[in-house]
Amino acid sequence: MNIPTDLKYTESHEWVKLGKNNETATIGLTDFAQEELTDIVYLDLPKVGNEIEATTECAVVESVKAASDIYAPLSGKVIEVNQAVLDDPALVNEDAFGKGWLFKIKLADPTELEELLSDSDYEEILSEKERPDDDEDEDK
Amino acid sequence: MSSETQLKRTPLYESHRRLGARLVEFGGWEMPVQYDGILAEHNAVRADCGMFDISHMGEVRIQGPLALAFLNHLLTNDPVKLGVGQGQYNLMCNERGGTVDDLYAYRIGEKEYLLIINASRIEADVPHIRQVAQTFLAGRSAADLQIENCSDYTGAIAVQGPRSAAVMDALLPRVSAEVKRNRIVWKSLVGENVLVARTGYTGEDGFELVTPAEAAEAVWDLLLKQDVKPCGLGARDTLRTEMCYPLYGHELDEDTSAIEAGLGKFVALGKMTFVGKEHLQRQALSGTSKTLVAFRMSSRSAPPRPHYPLAVGGKTVGEVTSGTQSPSLGVGIGMGYVPPICAAGGQALEVEIRGKRFPAEIVTKPIYRKNG
Repeated sequence: MNIPTDLKYTESHEWVKLGKNNETATIGLTDFAQEELTDIVYLDLPKVGNEIEATTECAVVESVKAASDIYAPLSGKVIEVNQAVLDDPALVNEDAFGKGWLFKIKLADPTELEELLSDSDYEEILSEKERPDDDEDEDK
Repeated sequence: MSSETQLKRTPLYESHRRLGARLVEFGGWEMPVQYDGILAEHNAVRADCGMFDISHMGEVRIQGPLALAFLNHLLTNDPVKLGVGQGQYNLMCNERGGTVDDLYAYRIGEKEYLLIINASRIEADVPHIRQVAQTFLAGRSAADLQIENCSDYTGAIAVQGPRSAAVMDALLPRVSAEVKRNRIVWKSLVGENVLVARTGYTGEDGFELVTPAEAAEAVWDLLLKQDVKPCGLGARDTLRTEMCYPLYGHELDEDTSAIEAGLGKFVALGKMTFVGKEHLQRQALSGTSKTLVAFRMSSRSAPPRPHYPLAVGGKTVGEVTSGTQSPSLGVGIGMGYVPPICAAGGQALEVEIRGKRFPAEIVTKPIYRKNG
């Protein structure tokens, strides 16, 4: 499982890439998330100017089979949305940590950064998930 | 079905695990929803060949001198028309005209019929069939009608897609020339008697193989050797939705009739009698309060999903019964019930997705047509 070391993570499988001086952040879905979701066909992303609040639903990702919420890793104002993924949501499947980024925000509260997971914390969460006989609670 | 209930597994369960399938609960069964991905599997069936484990479906054998007369009473279509080796789509109604199940009836012998019923309905159908039989048999000899639920010891695999005839010919020489659409024959395969039917649920040419449970895995492996792509319930659902084939529990239920579901051509109102006939006849003559329509989204939107409201002129008139992103068309599609006055082809419709309405258009069924 690909988990870049220069990113921060959430338990709900979003990644965060911090900009200069931790003033901005780029947000996306992890490789694990895109693999779980499978064929992504549509994204409902917040608009530029929207305020989002950490740990609340801020976007929806739709696979062929189901709609799933995306949670804001941090609070802030949306300053850019990736038009390329809106036009071609499969980019999230193809390149979750690169071309498949979702949107950028200007951070409202830098202290929230302490709540994010490091790559090794996130890796541990995934390895717990992947333990055998622990995979039988999937949604329809 | 409560979540504590132990899920049932088909004879192909171990094969699914080996193939890395993602397993989900479906109608009380633990079934593969996908292996590779729904889009890849969907496209394999449209362009090449895919196979589905349909062992969860129920099989009921009806035999004896009264078998035909009984089925004629039980089912909406006209089983009298079935020659040996022919199959026919049917519905089974309650006394209120609601649908107990939709099914395929095959005549597999002179006085022997096979009903293929929905997995989720086995426990409702079998008592219903036995109860209708009890009434039907009044004053007749029970020995002349045998009803056997074979679901637990029967496996089934659907082979679907434009290459399926070539695949089947490789397993059983010239079988595709012998078994035409809606036909069924007994064949010997992997040392067992297997029923080969030219039917399916995808809109593509295809076959359904009904095997003894213990032979299912050997047949599945033969098909894998022919490079047939394993496909899960996810692709099965997108394929059948594009074709507007109903799925019990979505388009059909005990309060919804075949007429409302637009399945009138499978209701032989000319028959003297059958269970539910009075209601279906009245609906066919004087109309219904709801009718099933197919629609496609007019522009890019999130895919419609079951239970999303459908609106006309700003007013909610019904809801989505099945909906998905169509892999073949690249647009959201679905079906739903609306009042007949809103049901004309080309009529505008709105689908409410997360509180916002998106334009859609009612289209004639099926939504997807091969070659445009």
